[in-house]
Amino acid sequence: MNDAERERRFQARIDAGEKIEPKDWMPESYRSQLVRMMSQHAHSEIVGQLPEGNWITRAPSLRRKLGLLAKVQDEAGHGLYLYAAAETLGVSREDLVGGLLSGAAKYSSIFNYPTLTWADIGAIGWLVDGAAILNQTMLTKCSYGPYARAMVRICKEERFHERQGYEIMRVLAQGTPAQRALAQDALDRWWWPTLMMFGPPDEASLHNDVLLAWGVKQKSNDELRQWFVDLAVPQAQALPLALPDRELRFDEASGHWRTGPIDWDEFWRVVRGGGICNRDRLRARNEAHEEGRWVREAAEAYAKKRHA
Amino acid sequence: MGARGRRSVRKKASRVSAKPADTQWPLWEVFVQEKGGAPHEHAGSVHAPDAELALQNARDTYARRGPVTSLWVVEARHISATTPEDSPFLLGPGPDKLYRQPRFYRGAKE
Amino acid sequence: MSAELFELLLRLGDDRLVLGHRLSEWCGHAPIVEEDIALANVALDCIGQASQFLELAGEIEGEGRDADALAFLRDPTQFRNCLLVEQPNGDFAQTIARQVLFDAAGAHVLAQLADSTHERLAAIARKAANEVRYHVRDELWPHAAELVTPDALDAALCASGVGPDLAAVRVEFERDVAALIAAANLRRPPDAPNASDGGRRGKHSEHLDHLLSEMQCVARAHPGARW
Repeated sequence: MNDAERERRFQARIDAGEKIEPKDWMPESYRSQLVRMMSQHAHSEIVGQLPEGNWITRAPSLRRKLGLLAKVQDEAGHGLYLYAAAETLGVSREDLVGGLLSGAAKYSSIFNYPTLTWADIGAIGWLVDGAAILNQTMLTKCSYGPYARAMVRICKEERFHERQGYEIMRVLAQGTPAQRALAQDALDRWWWPTLMMFGPPDEASLHNDVLLAWGVKQKSNDELRQWFVDLAVPQAQALPLALPDRELRFDEASGHWRTGPIDWDEFWRVVRGGGICNRDRLRARNEAHEEGRWVREAAEAYAKKRHA
Repeated sequence: MGARGRRSVRKKASRVSAKPADTQWPLWEVFVQEKGGAPHEHAGSVHAPDAELALQNARDTYARRGPVTSLWVVEARHISATTPEDSPFLLGPGPDKLYRQPRFYRGAKE
Repeated sequence: MSAELFELLLRLGDDRLVLGHRLSEWCGHAPIVEEDIALANVALDCIGQASQFLELAGEIEGEGRDADALAFLRDPTQFRNCLLVEQPNGDFAQTIARQVLFDAAGAHVLAQLADSTHERLAAIARKAANEVRYHVRDELWPHAAELVTPDALDAALCASGVGPDLAAVRVEFERDVAALIAAANLRRPPDAPNASDGGRRGKHSEHLDHLLSEMQCVARAHPGARW
């Protein structure tokens, strides 16, 4: 059987809704796209611990302290699920992490923004996790088995994060004037970057078509973004807080909320490393990794001694 | 099951930093039993230097939230698995071998 | 009696609140992701237990303070945690060492409290779980003694059956630590009879003030606010 025939059969399996498993034949570009997606996703979870972890020590009540600590812990766990899923395609976690630490590998740019107040924690849980849930819900139908299964596991845990964030925002929005101002300010700063999380518009997206054809994604960037906007606008209105978009309007004909123009220059600037926290995030991960070297070696030596 | 494939997979060329390769712990596959009486299902994998730490990591990663009654960890290299090529001949009688399926046989009542 | 019980509950709660807070500083910065998750588990346990002890303390005091009021609105001199837990984390080894010592004492204290004549206190102690890690370091050892050295308050509470018998705890603690040291092939650090131990009386190191400044800043910036 030649490659063309193998590819034809592979595509037929995708079209029939079959799952591709680690030992199945797959085109090299399918494999490399999935390694890229899964590892970026894993890196995002790990780096994502930093902006939120920043506020654990200042959480203003014991309940919030516990909730935030549990949430950030979940993110570490999600990172592990995703590294494990990526490893099924023949890459090592060591190499993937090496890519992150060197700056070669990407992670979601949203985490290059700073968390400036306690209200940012609410905004991130509500908006950033809310956006992630839509993406991950879609990915539970991904054609690659291990990725789809990791998504099912993650989606179950992510729901609580979003609810927690929204609850924080609601209490602030309905609290003292100072708290209200904090919440509005956080929403003003996180709204647009969240919309950019879904990636560039379809016509500018490199991978969109092939990922749809291979059943890796089921919706395009713009479709996901619209799905999110339609959910989030009424949520903002219910808090109630104003969205930082003077052109936002409801389009009766389509039944969708239409936003103003997104600043794609900012998007590309941050993706290319120009975000406020890009360097800080990498430095933090590199420091943790350096400290980790002796810990890993010690644990391995200890294990060897015990089983000698 | 997500066991390592036997066929060789071309390793992605990684243009990463020149740092020396770190020690990487062996890979273990994790199986979780949610409720007593249920089967253990594959949940994912962990890295650990020995079984005790593998169980610990598995507990922290796969039993953090949600019900778990029992956890198994197996070093990935100890798992033997069929290959996709085996599938057609493998599991369960096909539609042309109905006599191997319980529903082929009717009881006196039916 | 209830004044003494209140003090005991502050000691128990503050130990775990401050320790849990220190552990939470590792979140996102632990040397390995698996350790990040494990440390967060211990931190969650500590802070969860602290909430329960402090909530009960507030009830015993009877002046309308709840766990949050005690955690976020007291000054450093009003805290009753031991000095061990307020030390900065240092490196990973020191963090683990501190945890070993705290848990070695804590496990036995909680075991004693599980039989306390005070029902609510016994119930909280029974629910609390600890994990023990294996490493001992010199500079932390003197502070560990504070955990297992009874004072007049401890003696009074022990006599009434409410509080733990710290002298008995010390015996078990020394035995456990000796076993750990032997297994790890280390030597027992020297005792330091002059080491400070004022934590139980509100005499803390400078570390606590910095820790509490950070922990309390948002809560204090918005008096009376709900979160």
